[in-house]
Amino acid sequence: MRVDQRLIAEMIAPRSRVLDVGSGDGTLIDYLYRTRACDARGIEIDMQNVTQSVAHGLPVMHGDADHDLADYPDGTFDYVVLQRTLQAVERPREVLKQMLRIGHHAIISFPNFGHWRLRLQLLTTGRMPMTPVWSTPWYSTPNIHPCTIRDFLVLCEEEGYVVQQWLAIDEDGARAPWRRSIRLANLFGEQAMFLLRRARP
Amino acid sequence: MDISVLPLAVNGPVHEHRTVRLEGGLNLECGVHLAPLEVAYCTYGTLSPTRDNAILVCHALTGDQYLAEQHPLTGKPGWWSRMVGPGLPIDTDRYFVVCSNVLGGCMGTTGPRSICAATGKAWDSAFPPITMHDIVAAQARLIDHLGIDRLFAVIGGSMGGMQALTWAADFPDRVFAAMPIATSPFHSAQNIAFNEVSRQAIFADPDWHDGHYRDFDAIPARGLGVARMMAHITYLSEEALSRKFGRRIRHDAATAVPASSSPSLFGEMFEVESYLRHQGSSFVRRFDANSYLTITRAMDYFDLAAEHDGDLANPFRKSQTRFCVVSFSSDWLFPTSQSRLLVRALNRAGANVSFVEIESDRGHDAFLLEEPDFDRTIRGFINGAAEHAALLAGEG
Repeated sequence: MRVDQRLIAEMIAPRSRVLDVGSGDGTLIDYLYRTRACDARGIEIDMQNVTQSVAHGLPVMHGDADHDLADYPDGTFDYVVLQRTLQAVERPREVLKQMLRIGHHAIISFPNFGHWRLRLQLLTTGRMPMTPVWSTPWYSTPNIHPCTIRDFLVLCEEEGYVVQQWLAIDEDGARAPWRRSIRLANLFGEQAMFLLRRARP
Repeated sequence: MDISVLPLAVNGPVHEHRTVRLEGGLNLECGVHLAPLEVAYCTYGTLSPTRDNAILVCHALTGDQYLAEQHPLTGKPGWWSRMVGPGLPIDTDRYFVVCSNVLGGCMGTTGPRSICAATGKAWDSAFPPITMHDIVAAQARLIDHLGIDRLFAVIGGSMGGMQALTWAADFPDRVFAAMPIATSPFHSAQNIAFNEVSRQAIFADPDWHDGHYRDFDAIPARGLGVARMMAHITYLSEEALSRKFGRRIRHDAATAVPASSSPSLFGEMFEVESYLRHQGSSFVRRFDANSYLTITRAMDYFDLAAEHDGDLANPFRKSQTRFCVVSFSSDWLFPTSQSRLLVRALNRAGANVSFVEIESDRGHDAFLLEEPDFDRTIRGFINGAAEHAALLAGEG
Protein backbone atom coordinates (compact mmCIF):
# COMPACT_ATOMS: atom_id res chain seq x y z
CA MET A 1 0.00 0.00 0.00
CA ARG A 2 1.22 3.50 -0.81
CA VAL A 3 2.37 5.59 2.12
CA ASP A 4 -0.31 8.21 1.51
CA GLN A 5 -2.97 5.48 1.55
CA ARG A 6 -1.68 4.47 4.95
CA LEU A 7 -2.04 8.08 6.08
CA ILE A 8 -5.63 8.09 4.81
CA ALA A 9 -6.36 4.85 6.62
CA GLU A 10 -5.07 6.37 9.85
CA MET A 11 -7.64 9.16 9.55
CA ILE A 12 -10.51 6.68 9.38
CA ALA A 13 -12.15 5.39 12.54
CA PRO A 14 -12.62 1.63 12.80
CA ARG A 15 -15.99 0.18 11.76
CA SER A 16 -16.89 3.22 9.67
CA ARG A 17 -18.75 3.25 6.40
CA VAL A 18 -16.34 4.38 3.70
CA LEU A 19 -16.69 5.15 -0.01
CA ASP A 20 -13.42 5.32 -1.92
CA VAL A 21 -14.02 7.30 -5.10
CA GLY A 22 -11.41 6.17 -7.59
CA SER A 23 -10.57 3.03 -5.68
CA GLY A 24 -8.00 1.81 -8.24
CA ASP A 25 -7.06 -1.79 -7.61
CA GLY A 26 -8.96 -1.72 -4.32
CA THR A 27 -5.93 -1.66 -2.01
CA LEU A 28 -7.33 0.92 0.41
CA ILE A 29 -10.81 -0.58 0.78
CA ASP A 30 -9.32 -4.05 1.18
CA TYR A 31 -7.06 -2.69 3.93
CA LEU A 32 -9.91 -0.84 5.65
CA TYR A 33 -12.11 -3.90 5.56
CA ARG A 34 -9.47 -6.30 6.83
CA THR A 35 -7.73 -4.21 9.46
CA ARG A 36 -10.40 -1.72 10.53
CA ALA A 37 -13.58 -3.75 10.00
CA CYS A 38 -14.95 -0.94 7.85
CA ASP A 39 -17.85 -1.30 5.43
CA ALA A 40 -15.63 -0.01 2.62
CA ARG A 41 -16.88 0.28 -0.95
CA GLY A 42 -15.32 1.63 -4.11
CA ILE A 43 -16.17 3.46 -7.31
CA GLU A 44 -13.66 3.09 -10.11
CA ILE A 45 -13.59 4.35 -13.68
CA ASP A 46 -11.15 1.79 -15.10
CA MET A 47 -12.98 -1.43 -15.92
CA GLN A 48 -9.88 -3.60 -15.56
CA ASN A 49 -9.47 -2.32 -12.03
CA VAL A 50 -13.16 -2.86 -11.30
CA THR A 51 -13.05 -6.45 -12.50
CA GLN A 52 -9.89 -7.13 -10.54
CA SER A 53 -11.40 -5.65 -7.39
CA VAL A 54 -14.66 -7.59 -7.65
CA ALA A 55 -12.69 -10.74 -8.46
CA HIS A 56 -10.98 -10.16 -5.12
CA GLY A 57 -14.35 -10.04 -3.43
CA LEU A 58 -14.40 -6.26 -2.95
CA PRO A 59 -17.61 -4.27 -3.42
CA VAL A 60 -16.60 -1.98 -6.27
CA MET A 61 -18.78 -0.51 -8.97
CA HIS A 62 -17.89 0.98 -12.31
CA GLY A 63 -18.53 4.70 -12.23
CA ASP A 64 -16.90 8.07 -11.71
CA ALA A 65 -16.79 11.01 -9.31
CA ASP A 66 -18.59 13.42 -11.61
CA HIS A 67 -21.64 11.29 -12.32
CA ASP A 68 -22.18 8.66 -9.68
CA LEU A 69 -22.09 10.43 -6.32
CA ALA A 70 -25.39 12.22 -6.82
CA ASP A 71 -27.38 8.99 -6.38
CA TYR A 72 -26.44 8.22 -2.79
CA PRO A 73 -28.70 9.47 0.00
CA ASP A 74 -27.40 12.14 2.41
CA GLY A 75 -25.05 10.83 5.06
CA THR A 76 -24.71 7.32 3.61
CA PHE A 77 -21.03 7.18 4.59
CA ASP A 78 -18.85 8.30 7.46
CA TYR A 79 -15.96 9.03 5.10
CA VAL A 80 -15.79 9.63 1.37
CA VAL A 81 -12.26 9.40 0.00
CA LEU A 82 -10.91 10.94 -3.20
CA GLN A 83 -7.26 10.08 -3.80
CA ARG A 84 -5.14 12.06 -6.28
CA THR A 85 -8.19 12.63 -8.46
CA LEU A 86 -9.66 16.05 -7.66
CA GLN A 87 -7.51 17.73 -10.32
CA ALA A 88 -8.88 15.34 -12.97
CA VAL A 89 -12.62 15.59 -12.39
CA GLU A 90 -14.90 17.72 -14.54
CA ARG A 91 -16.42 19.77 -11.72
CA PRO A 92 -14.23 19.68 -8.58
CA ARG A 93 -16.44 22.05 -6.62
CA GLU A 94 -19.55 19.95 -7.29
CA VAL A 95 -17.69 16.72 -6.51
CA LEU A 96 -16.61 18.13 -3.13
CA LYS A 97 -20.15 19.21 -2.43
CA GLN A 98 -21.46 15.72 -3.19
CA MET A 99 -18.74 14.08 -1.10
CA LEU A 100 -19.72 16.14 1.93
CA ARG A 101 -23.39 15.55 1.29
CA ILE A 102 -23.21 11.76 1.16
CA GLY A 103 -20.42 11.55 3.76
CA HIS A 104 -19.93 13.12 7.16
CA HIS A 105 -16.26 13.55 6.35
CA ALA A 106 -14.28 13.87 3.13
CA ILE A 107 -10.65 12.89 2.73
CA ILE A 108 -9.02 14.42 -0.32
CA SER A 109 -5.51 14.17 -1.62
CA PHE A 110 -4.23 16.08 -4.65
CA PRO A 111 -0.92 17.08 -6.21
CA ASN A 112 0.03 20.64 -5.27
CA PHE A 113 0.51 22.91 -8.27
CA GLY A 114 2.13 25.50 -6.00
CA HIS A 115 5.29 23.43 -5.49
CA TRP A 116 8.45 25.48 -5.99
CA ARG A 117 9.75 23.32 -8.83
CA LEU A 118 6.62 23.99 -10.87
CA ARG A 119 6.79 27.70 -10.14
CA LEU A 120 10.46 27.82 -11.06
CA GLN A 121 10.03 25.91 -14.30
CA LEU A 122 7.22 28.14 -15.45
CA LEU A 123 9.21 31.23 -14.49
CA THR A 124 12.51 30.20 -16.09
CA THR A 125 11.37 28.27 -19.17
CA GLY A 126 8.02 29.91 -19.83
CA ARG A 127 6.58 26.49 -20.58
CA MET A 128 4.12 24.21 -18.80
CA PRO A 129 6.03 22.53 -15.98
CA MET A 130 6.75 18.81 -16.02
CA THR A 131 7.76 16.98 -12.85
CA PRO A 132 7.54 13.39 -11.64
CA VAL A 133 4.16 14.25 -10.05
CA TRP A 134 2.96 16.26 -13.07
CA SER A 135 4.37 13.93 -15.64
CA THR A 136 2.12 14.26 -18.68
CA PRO A 137 2.43 17.04 -21.27
CA TRP A 138 -0.31 19.68 -21.35
CA TYR A 139 -1.99 18.26 -24.46
CA SER A 140 -2.59 14.82 -23.05
CA THR A 141 -2.92 15.34 -19.33
CA PRO A 142 -6.11 14.20 -17.60
CA ASN A 143 -5.39 16.85 -14.94
CA ILE A 144 -7.70 19.57 -16.15
CA HIS A 145 -8.19 21.35 -12.82
CA PRO A 146 -4.84 21.70 -11.06
CA CYS A 147 -4.80 23.79 -7.89
CA THR A 148 -2.46 24.80 -5.10
CA ILE A 149 -2.86 24.11 -1.41
CA ARG A 150 -3.89 27.74 -0.87
CA ASP A 151 -6.42 27.57 -3.68
CA PHE A 152 -7.97 24.57 -2.03
CA LEU A 153 -8.12 26.26 1.37
CA VAL A 154 -9.87 29.27 -0.17
CA LEU A 155 -12.46 26.98 -1.76
CA CYS A 156 -13.08 25.22 1.55
CA GLU A 157 -13.65 28.56 3.21
CA GLU A 158 -16.04 29.72 0.46
CA GLU A 159 -18.01 26.51 0.69
CA GLY A 160 -18.04 26.47 4.47
CA TYR A 161 -16.06 23.27 4.97
CA VAL A 162 -14.15 22.78 8.19
CA VAL A 163 -10.56 21.58 7.74
CA GLN A 164 -10.13 19.09 10.55
CA GLN A 165 -6.68 18.03 9.50
CA TRP A 166 -4.30 18.78 6.68
CA LEU A 167 -0.82 17.71 5.78
CA ALA A 168 1.68 18.10 3.01
CA ILE A 169 3.22 14.95 1.62
CA ASP A 170 6.10 14.26 -0.70
CA GLU A 171 6.04 12.45 -4.00
CA ASP A 172 6.15 9.01 -2.41
CA GLY A 173 3.27 9.93 -0.15
CA ALA A 174 5.28 10.30 3.05
CA ARG A 175 4.35 13.03 5.46
CA ALA A 176 6.38 16.20 4.90
CA PRO A 177 7.50 18.42 7.77
CA TRP A 178 5.70 21.68 6.83
CA ARG A 179 2.95 21.15 9.27
CA ARG A 180 2.64 24.57 10.76
CA SER A 181 3.04 26.93 7.82
CA ILE A 182 0.63 26.78 4.93
CA ARG A 183 2.93 29.10 3.01
CA LEU A 184 5.84 26.66 3.32
CA ALA A 185 3.67 23.64 2.67
CA ASN A 186 2.36 25.29 -0.49
CA LEU A 187 5.93 25.86 -1.63
CA PHE A 188 7.54 22.58 -0.62
CA GLY A 189 4.69 20.06 -0.44
CA GLU A 190 4.40 17.96 -3.58
CA GLN A 191 1.00 16.69 -2.55
CA ALA A 192 -1.59 17.63 0.04
CA MET A 193 -4.13 15.72 2.05
CA PHE A 194 -7.19 17.14 3.77
CA LEU A 195 -9.76 15.82 6.18
CA LEU A 196 -12.90 17.94 5.90
CA ARG A 197 -16.31 18.04 7.42
CA ARG A 198 -19.33 20.20 6.87
CA ALA A 199 -19.69 23.26 9.10
CA ARG A 200 -22.42 22.68 11.65
CA PRO A 201 -25.51 24.67 10.69
CA MET B 1 -29.06 -40.70 -10.86
CA ASP B 2 -27.91 -42.35 -14.04
CA ILE B 3 -29.25 -40.24 -16.86
CA SER B 4 -28.06 -42.55 -19.59
CA VAL B 5 -30.65 -45.22 -18.78
CA LEU B 6 -33.52 -42.78 -19.04
CA PRO B 7 -35.53 -42.84 -22.23
CA LEU B 8 -34.84 -39.94 -24.55
CA ALA B 9 -38.21 -38.33 -24.99
CA VAL B 10 -38.79 -36.47 -28.20
CA ASN B 11 -42.55 -36.21 -28.41
CA GLY B 12 -43.69 -36.25 -24.84
CA PRO B 13 -42.73 -35.99 -21.22
CA VAL B 14 -41.45 -39.50 -20.56
CA HIS B 15 -38.55 -38.46 -18.38
CA GLU B 16 -39.28 -38.41 -14.64
CA HIS B 17 -38.01 -35.12 -13.30
CA ARG B 18 -37.14 -34.80 -9.65
CA THR B 19 -40.21 -32.99 -8.38
CA VAL B 20 -41.77 -31.82 -5.15
CA ARG B 21 -45.55 -31.74 -4.96
CA LEU B 22 -46.92 -29.02 -2.71
CA GLU B 23 -50.58 -29.66 -2.03
CA GLY B 24 -51.11 -26.19 -0.58
CA GLY B 25 -50.52 -24.71 -3.99
CA LEU B 26 -49.88 -21.07 -4.79
CA ASN B 27 -51.99 -17.92 -4.94
CA LEU B 28 -51.10 -16.23 -8.19
CA GLU B 29 -51.05 -12.46 -8.57
CA CYS B 30 -53.91 -12.74 -11.06
CA GLY B 31 -56.09 -14.16 -8.29
CA VAL B 32 -56.11 -17.80 -9.41
CA HIS B 33 -55.21 -20.38 -6.81
CA LEU B 34 -52.99 -23.00 -8.40
CA ALA B 35 -53.08 -26.31 -6.52
CA PRO B 36 -51.30 -28.58 -6.22
CA LEU B 37 -48.04 -26.90 -7.10
CA GLU B 38 -45.31 -29.08 -8.48
CA VAL B 39 -41.75 -27.81 -8.70
CA ALA B 40 -39.10 -29.76 -10.59
CA TYR B 41 -35.53 -29.12 -9.54
CA CYS B 42 -31.94 -30.31 -9.48
CA THR B 43 -29.41 -29.89 -6.69
CA TYR B 44 -25.63 -30.12 -6.57
CA GLY B 45 -23.30 -30.26 -3.61
CA THR B 46 -24.27 -30.72 0.00
CA LEU B 47 -26.37 -28.55 2.25
CA SER B 48 -24.34 -27.60 5.33
CA PRO B 49 -25.65 -28.60 8.78
CA THR B 50 -26.50 -24.95 9.45
CA ARG B 51 -28.18 -24.71 6.04
CA ASP B 52 -26.35 -21.50 5.22
CA ASN B 53 -24.55 -22.44 2.00
CA ALA B 54 -27.42 -22.65 -0.48
CA ILE B 55 -27.17 -20.88 -3.83
CA LEU B 56 -30.26 -20.67 -5.98
CA VAL B 57 -29.49 -20.39 -9.68
CA CYS B 58 -32.40 -19.06 -11.75
CA HIS B 59 -32.63 -20.07 -15.38
CA ALA B 60 -33.46 -17.92 -18.38
CA LEU B 61 -36.55 -18.01 -20.62
CA THR B 62 -35.80 -21.28 -22.38
CA GLY B 63 -33.48 -22.81 -19.80
CA ASP B 64 -34.40 -25.39 -17.22
CA GLN B 65 -33.27 -27.06 -14.02
CA TYR B 66 -30.60 -29.16 -15.73
CA LEU B 67 -27.91 -26.74 -14.71
CA ALA B 68 -24.84 -28.90 -14.48
CA GLU B 69 -25.74 -32.36 -15.67
CA GLN B 70 -26.62 -34.00 -18.93
CA HIS B 71 -29.99 -32.86 -20.23
CA PRO B 72 -32.44 -35.79 -20.29
CA LEU B 73 -34.03 -34.74 -23.58
CA THR B 74 -31.17 -33.33 -25.62
CA GLY B 75 -28.32 -35.34 -24.12
CA LYS B 76 -26.28 -32.12 -24.01
CA PRO B 77 -24.32 -30.95 -20.95
CA GLY B 78 -26.16 -28.73 -18.47
CA TRP B 79 -26.56 -25.12 -19.59
CA TRP B 80 -24.11 -23.79 -16.99
CA SER B 81 -21.96 -26.85 -16.43
CA ARG B 82 -18.90 -24.75 -17.15
CA MET B 83 -19.79 -22.52 -14.20
CA VAL B 84 -21.25 -24.92 -11.64
CA GLY B 85 -19.32 -27.90 -10.30
CA PRO B 86 -16.49 -28.97 -8.01
CA GLY B 87 -13.79 -26.29 -8.04
CA LEU B 88 -15.68 -24.17 -10.57
CA PRO B 89 -16.68 -20.52 -9.91
CA ILE B 90 -19.93 -21.70 -8.33
CA ASP B 91 -18.14 -24.37 -6.35
CA THR B 92 -20.28 -27.36 -5.43
CA ASP B 93 -17.57 -28.49 -3.00
CA ARG B 94 -18.52 -25.47 -0.88
CA TYR B 95 -22.07 -24.62 -1.82
CA PHE B 96 -25.37 -26.41 -2.15
CA VAL B 97 -26.70 -25.32 -5.52
CA VAL B 98 -30.39 -25.48 -6.37
CA CYS B 99 -31.96 -24.86 -9.76
CA SER B 100 -35.66 -25.29 -10.39
CA ASN B 101 -37.76 -25.22 -13.51
CA VAL B 102 -39.79 -21.98 -13.51
CA LEU B 103 -43.50 -21.88 -12.92
CA GLY B 104 -45.18 -22.08 -16.31
CA GLY B 105 -42.31 -24.14 -17.68
CA CYS B 106 -42.43 -27.49 -19.40
CA MET B 107 -39.79 -29.53 -17.61
CA GLY B 108 -41.82 -30.78 -14.68
CA THR B 109 -42.90 -27.66 -12.80
CA THR B 110 -46.59 -26.77 -12.93
CA GLY B 111 -47.30 -25.15 -16.27
CA PRO B 112 -49.59 -25.30 -19.27
CA ARG B 113 -48.99 -29.03 -19.67
CA SER B 114 -50.15 -29.75 -16.12
CA ILE B 115 -53.62 -30.99 -15.35
CA CYS B 116 -56.09 -28.37 -14.20
CA ALA B 117 -57.80 -29.75 -11.08
CA ALA B 118 -61.15 -28.16 -11.95
CA THR B 119 -61.44 -29.63 -15.45
CA GLY B 120 -59.31 -32.73 -15.14
CA LYS B 121 -57.69 -31.75 -18.43
CA ALA B 122 -54.39 -30.11 -19.27
CA TRP B 123 -54.41 -26.33 -18.91
CA ASP B 124 -52.81 -25.73 -22.31
CA SER B 125 -53.54 -22.15 -23.37
CA ALA B 126 -55.97 -21.68 -20.46
CA PHE B 127 -53.04 -21.63 -18.02
CA PRO B 128 -53.42 -18.47 -15.93
CA PRO B 129 -51.12 -15.51 -16.61
CA ILE B 130 -48.17 -15.47 -14.26
CA THR B 131 -45.65 -12.86 -13.19
CA MET B 132 -42.02 -12.87 -12.07
CA HIS B 133 -43.33 -12.63 -8.50
CA ASP B 134 -45.33 -15.84 -8.99
CA ILE B 135 -42.28 -17.56 -10.43
CA VAL B 136 -40.21 -16.52 -7.42
CA ALA B 137 -43.00 -17.40 -4.96
CA ALA B 138 -43.03 -20.93 -6.39
CA GLN B 139 -39.27 -21.16 -5.93
CA ALA B 140 -39.66 -19.90 -2.36
CA ARG B 141 -42.00 -22.83 -1.67
CA LEU B 142 -39.31 -25.20 -2.89
CA ILE B 143 -36.70 -23.47 -0.71
CA ASP B 144 -39.08 -23.79 2.27
CA HIS B 145 -39.51 -27.46 1.45
CA LEU B 146 -35.74 -27.93 1.43
CA GLY B 147 -35.65 -26.43 4.92
CA ILE B 148 -33.59 -23.41 3.87
CA ASP B 149 -34.39 -20.21 5.67
CA ARG B 150 -31.96 -17.84 4.01
CA LEU B 151 -30.28 -18.31 0.65
CA PHE B 152 -26.63 -17.46 0.66
CA ALA B 153 -26.98 -16.25 -2.92
CA VAL B 154 -29.45 -15.98 -5.77
CA ILE B 155 -27.79 -15.85 -9.17
CA GLY B 156 -29.31 -15.61 -12.61
CA GLY B 157 -28.75 -14.29 -16.11
CA SER B 158 -31.32 -12.66 -18.39
CA MET B 159 -34.77 -13.68 -17.10
CA GLY B 160 -32.86 -15.44 -14.32
CA GLY B 161 -31.55 -12.02 -13.33
CA MET B 162 -35.11 -10.72 -13.16
CA GLN B 163 -35.82 -13.52 -10.70
CA ALA B 164 -32.70 -12.69 -8.66
CA LEU B 165 -33.90 -9.07 -8.42
CA THR B 166 -37.42 -10.17 -7.55
CA TRP B 167 -36.06 -12.42 -4.80
CA ALA B 168 -34.11 -9.51 -3.33
CA ALA B 169 -37.18 -7.26 -3.56
CA ASP B 170 -39.79 -9.74 -2.29
CA PHE B 171 -37.70 -11.60 0.30
CA PRO B 172 -34.95 -9.19 1.41
CA ASP B 173 -34.28 -11.16 4.59
CA ARG B 174 -33.87 -14.43 2.75
CA VAL B 175 -31.19 -13.32 0.28
CA PHE B 176 -27.69 -12.61 1.55
CA ALA B 177 -26.23 -11.91 -1.89
CA ALA B 178 -27.82 -11.39 -5.30
CA MET B 179 -26.19 -11.48 -8.69
CA PRO B 180 -28.39 -10.17 -11.51
CA ILE B 181 -26.51 -10.80 -14.75
CA ALA B 182 -27.23 -9.44 -18.24
CA THR B 183 -30.65 -8.33 -17.12
CA SER B 184 -32.85 -5.34 -16.48
CA PRO B 185 -35.23 -4.12 -13.78
CA PHE B 186 -37.95 -3.87 -16.44
CA HIS B 187 -38.67 -5.41 -19.80
CA SER B 188 -38.10 -2.72 -22.42
CA ALA B 189 -40.48 -1.86 -25.26
CA GLN B 190 -37.97 -3.35 -27.69
CA ASN B 191 -37.90 -6.62 -25.78
CA ILE B 192 -41.69 -6.76 -25.57
CA ALA B 193 -41.73 -6.12 -29.32
CA PHE B 194 -39.42 -9.07 -29.97
CA ASN B 195 -41.56 -11.29 -27.76
CA GLU B 196 -44.66 -10.20 -29.65
CA VAL B 197 -43.12 -11.22 -32.98
CA SER B 198 -42.30 -14.61 -31.44
CA ARG B 199 -45.85 -15.03 -30.23
CA GLN B 200 -47.38 -13.99 -33.53
CA ALA B 201 -45.23 -16.56 -35.29
CA ILE B 202 -46.72 -19.25 -33.02
CA PHE B 203 -50.30 -17.96 -33.46
CA ALA B 204 -49.89 -17.99 -37.24
CA ASP B 205 -48.96 -21.66 -37.32
CA PRO B 206 -51.89 -23.78 -38.67
CA ASP B 207 -50.99 -26.36 -36.02
CA TRP B 208 -51.58 -23.84 -33.23
CA HIS B 209 -55.28 -24.71 -32.83
CA ASP B 210 -55.84 -21.87 -30.37
CA GLY B 211 -53.38 -23.44 -28.03
CA HIS B 212 -55.11 -26.82 -27.90
CA TYR B 213 -52.69 -28.37 -30.36
CA ARG B 214 -52.15 -31.40 -28.19
CA ASP B 215 -55.82 -32.35 -28.60
CA PHE B 216 -55.03 -32.55 -32.29
CA ASP B 217 -51.81 -34.49 -31.78
CA ALA B 218 -49.91 -31.58 -33.25
CA ILE B 219 -47.36 -29.03 -32.20
CA PRO B 220 -46.97 -25.57 -33.78
CA ALA B 221 -43.41 -26.49 -34.67
CA ARG B 222 -42.97 -24.00 -37.50
CA GLY B 223 -44.25 -21.10 -35.44
CA LEU B 224 -42.25 -22.00 -32.37
CA GLY B 225 -39.19 -22.63 -34.53
CA VAL B 226 -39.45 -19.20 -36.15
CA ALA B 227 -39.95 -17.65 -32.71
CA ARG B 228 -36.76 -19.30 -31.54
CA MET B 229 -34.83 -18.29 -34.66
CA MET B 230 -35.81 -14.66 -34.26
CA ALA B 231 -35.11 -14.66 -30.53
CA HIS B 232 -31.77 -16.34 -31.06
CA ILE B 233 -30.59 -13.45 -33.24
CA THR B 234 -31.27 -11.10 -30.32
CA TYR B 235 -29.04 -13.23 -28.07
CA LEU B 236 -26.02 -12.72 -30.32
CA SER B 237 -24.32 -9.68 -31.78
CA GLU B 238 -23.49 -8.58 -35.28
CA GLU B 239 -19.84 -9.12 -34.52
CA ALA B 240 -20.40 -12.62 -33.16
CA LEU B 241 -22.52 -13.59 -36.17
CA SER B 242 -19.95 -12.19 -38.59
CA ARG B 243 -17.12 -13.99 -36.89
CA LYS B 244 -18.96 -17.28 -36.61
CA PHE B 245 -20.58 -17.38 -40.05
CA GLY B 246 -19.60 -14.39 -42.13
CA ARG B 247 -21.20 -14.71 -45.55
CA ARG B 248 -20.12 -18.29 -45.96
CA ILE B 249 -22.37 -20.53 -47.99
CA ARG B 250 -23.19 -24.10 -47.22
CA HIS B 251 -23.26 -26.37 -50.27
CA ASP B 252 -24.57 -29.34 -48.38
CA ALA B 253 -27.60 -30.44 -50.45
CA ALA B 254 -29.32 -32.07 -47.51
CA THR B 255 -29.75 -28.80 -45.67
CA ALA B 256 -30.63 -26.66 -48.65
CA VAL B 257 -34.19 -25.92 -49.61
CA PRO B 258 -35.54 -28.55 -52.05
CA ALA B 259 -34.99 -27.78 -55.70
CA SER B 260 -38.70 -27.40 -56.32
CA SER B 261 -38.79 -24.05 -54.58
CA SER B 262 -36.98 -21.79 -57.02
CA PRO B 263 -33.45 -23.18 -57.03
CA SER B 264 -32.09 -20.03 -58.62
CA LEU B 265 -32.90 -18.02 -55.49
CA PHE B 266 -32.60 -20.48 -52.66
CA GLY B 267 -30.57 -23.32 -54.08
CA GLU B 268 -27.77 -22.58 -51.70
CA MET B 269 -27.89 -21.59 -48.11
CA PHE B 270 -25.87 -19.20 -45.98
CA GLU B 271 -24.32 -20.85 -42.98
CA VAL B 272 -26.12 -18.47 -40.65
CA GLU B 273 -29.47 -19.61 -42.08
CA SER B 274 -28.60 -23.23 -41.56
CA TYR B 275 -27.50 -22.47 -38.01
CA LEU B 276 -30.75 -20.68 -37.16
CA ARG B 277 -32.88 -23.44 -38.67
CA HIS B 278 -31.03 -25.92 -36.54
CA GLN B 279 -31.64 -23.74 -33.48
CA GLY B 280 -35.34 -23.58 -34.35
CA SER B 281 -35.85 -27.26 -35.03
CA SER B 282 -33.95 -28.51 -32.01
CA PHE B 283 -35.83 -26.07 -29.77
CA VAL B 284 -39.29 -27.33 -30.68
CA ARG B 285 -38.29 -30.83 -29.63
CA ARG B 286 -37.76 -29.74 -26.05
CA PHE B 287 -40.00 -26.75 -25.47
CA ASP B 288 -43.73 -26.27 -25.28
CA ALA B 289 -45.37 -23.40 -27.19
CA ASN B 290 -47.84 -22.57 -24.40
CA SER B 291 -44.97 -22.40 -21.92
CA TYR B 292 -43.14 -20.07 -24.28
CA LEU B 293 -46.16 -17.78 -24.41
CA THR B 294 -46.76 -17.91 -20.67
CA ILE B 295 -43.18 -17.14 -19.70
CA THR B 296 -42.55 -14.44 -22.31
CA ARG B 297 -45.67 -12.70 -21.02
CA ALA B 298 -44.36 -12.88 -17.46
CA MET B 299 -41.18 -11.19 -18.69
CA ASP B 300 -43.20 -8.49 -20.47
CA TYR B 301 -45.09 -7.69 -17.26
CA PHE B 302 -41.84 -7.28 -15.35
CA ASP B 303 -41.28 -3.71 -14.15
CA LEU B 304 -40.04 -3.44 -10.57
CA ALA B 305 -40.14 0.35 -10.41
CA ALA B 306 -43.75 0.58 -11.62
CA GLU B 307 -44.81 -1.73 -8.81
CA HIS B 308 -43.14 0.53 -6.25
CA ASP B 309 -44.52 4.00 -6.97
CA GLY B 310 -42.25 4.48 -9.96
CA ASP B 311 -39.05 4.49 -7.92
CA LEU B 312 -36.78 1.52 -8.46
CA ALA B 313 -34.94 2.33 -5.22
CA ASN B 314 -38.06 1.66 -3.13
CA PRO B 315 -38.00 -2.15 -3.15
CA PHE B 316 -34.35 -2.11 -2.01
CA ARG B 317 -34.45 0.45 0.78
CA LYS B 318 -33.04 -1.02 4.00
CA SER B 319 -31.89 -4.03 1.97
CA GLN B 320 -28.91 -5.78 3.57
CA THR B 321 -28.34 -7.88 0.45
CA ARG B 322 -24.97 -7.58 -1.27
CA PHE B 323 -25.53 -7.04 -4.98
CA CYS B 324 -23.24 -7.72 -7.90
CA VAL B 325 -24.65 -6.44 -11.19
CA VAL B 326 -22.95 -7.71 -14.35
CA SER B 327 -23.54 -6.61 -17.93
CA PHE B 328 -21.80 -7.39 -21.21
CA SER B 329 -20.59 -4.66 -23.53
CA SER B 330 -22.11 -6.12 -26.71
CA ASP B 331 -25.45 -7.15 -25.18
CA TRP B 332 -28.08 -5.13 -27.01
CA LEU B 333 -31.04 -7.09 -25.66
CA PHE B 334 -30.27 -6.18 -22.05
CA PRO B 335 -27.79 -3.35 -22.58
CA THR B 336 -25.40 -1.99 -19.96
CA SER B 337 -27.50 1.18 -19.75
CA GLN B 338 -30.29 -0.84 -18.10
CA SER B 339 -27.88 -2.40 -15.62
CA ARG B 340 -26.56 1.07 -14.84
CA LEU B 341 -30.10 2.24 -14.17
CA LEU B 342 -30.45 -0.60 -11.70
CA VAL B 343 -27.11 0.22 -10.06
CA ARG B 344 -28.07 3.85 -9.62
CA ALA B 345 -31.34 2.83 -8.00
CA LEU B 346 -29.49 0.47 -5.66
CA ASN B 347 -27.16 3.35 -4.77
CA ARG B 348 -30.15 5.56 -4.07
CA ALA B 349 -31.32 2.85 -1.71
CA GLY B 350 -27.88 2.80 -0.08
CA ALA B 351 -27.42 -0.87 -0.92
CA ASN B 352 -24.04 -2.60 -1.18
CA VAL B 353 -23.42 -2.85 -4.92
CA SER B 354 -20.66 -4.10 -7.14
CA PHE B 355 -21.06 -3.42 -10.84
CA VAL B 356 -18.97 -4.77 -13.69
CA GLU B 357 -19.42 -4.50 -17.42
CA ILE B 358 -17.59 -7.40 -19.03
CA GLU B 359 -15.90 -6.62 -22.33
CA SER B 360 -17.22 -9.17 -24.84
CA ASP B 361 -18.35 -9.17 -28.44
CA ARG B 362 -20.67 -12.14 -28.04
CA GLY B 363 -23.87 -10.32 -27.19
CA HIS B 364 -26.44 -11.34 -24.61
CA ASP B 365 -25.47 -15.02 -24.64
CA ALA B 366 -21.98 -14.13 -23.36
CA PHE B 367 -23.13 -15.06 -19.87
CA LEU B 368 -23.42 -18.68 -20.99
CA LEU B 369 -20.06 -18.74 -22.73
CA GLU B 370 -16.41 -18.82 -21.86
CA GLU B 371 -15.53 -15.35 -20.56
CA PRO B 372 -12.58 -15.46 -18.12
CA ASP B 373 -13.30 -12.01 -16.63
CA PHE B 374 -16.86 -13.05 -15.97
CA ASP B 375 -15.77 -16.28 -14.27
CA ARG B 376 -13.37 -14.34 -12.07
CA THR B 377 -16.10 -11.87 -11.20
CA ILE B 378 -18.56 -14.57 -10.14
CA ARG B 379 -15.97 -16.47 -8.15
CA GLY B 380 -14.65 -13.32 -6.47
CA PHE B 381 -18.05 -11.95 -5.59
CA ILE B 382 -19.22 -15.25 -4.11
CA ASN B 383 -16.03 -15.72 -2.11
CA GLY B 384 -16.13 -12.12 -0.88
CA ALA B 385 -19.75 -12.50 0.18
CA ALA B 386 -18.96 -15.81 1.87
CA GLU B 387 -16.24 -14.11 3.87
CA HIS B 388 -18.71 -11.47 5.00
CA ALA B 389 -21.39 -14.04 5.78
CA ALA B 390 -18.93 -15.92 7.99
CA LEU B 391 -17.97 -12.70 9.76
CA LEU B 392 -21.58 -11.81 10.39
CA ALA B 393 -22.31 -15.29 11.68
CA GLY B 394 -19.28 -14.99 13.97
CA GLU B 395 -20.58 -11.72 15.35
CA GLY B 396 -24.11 -12.98 15.75
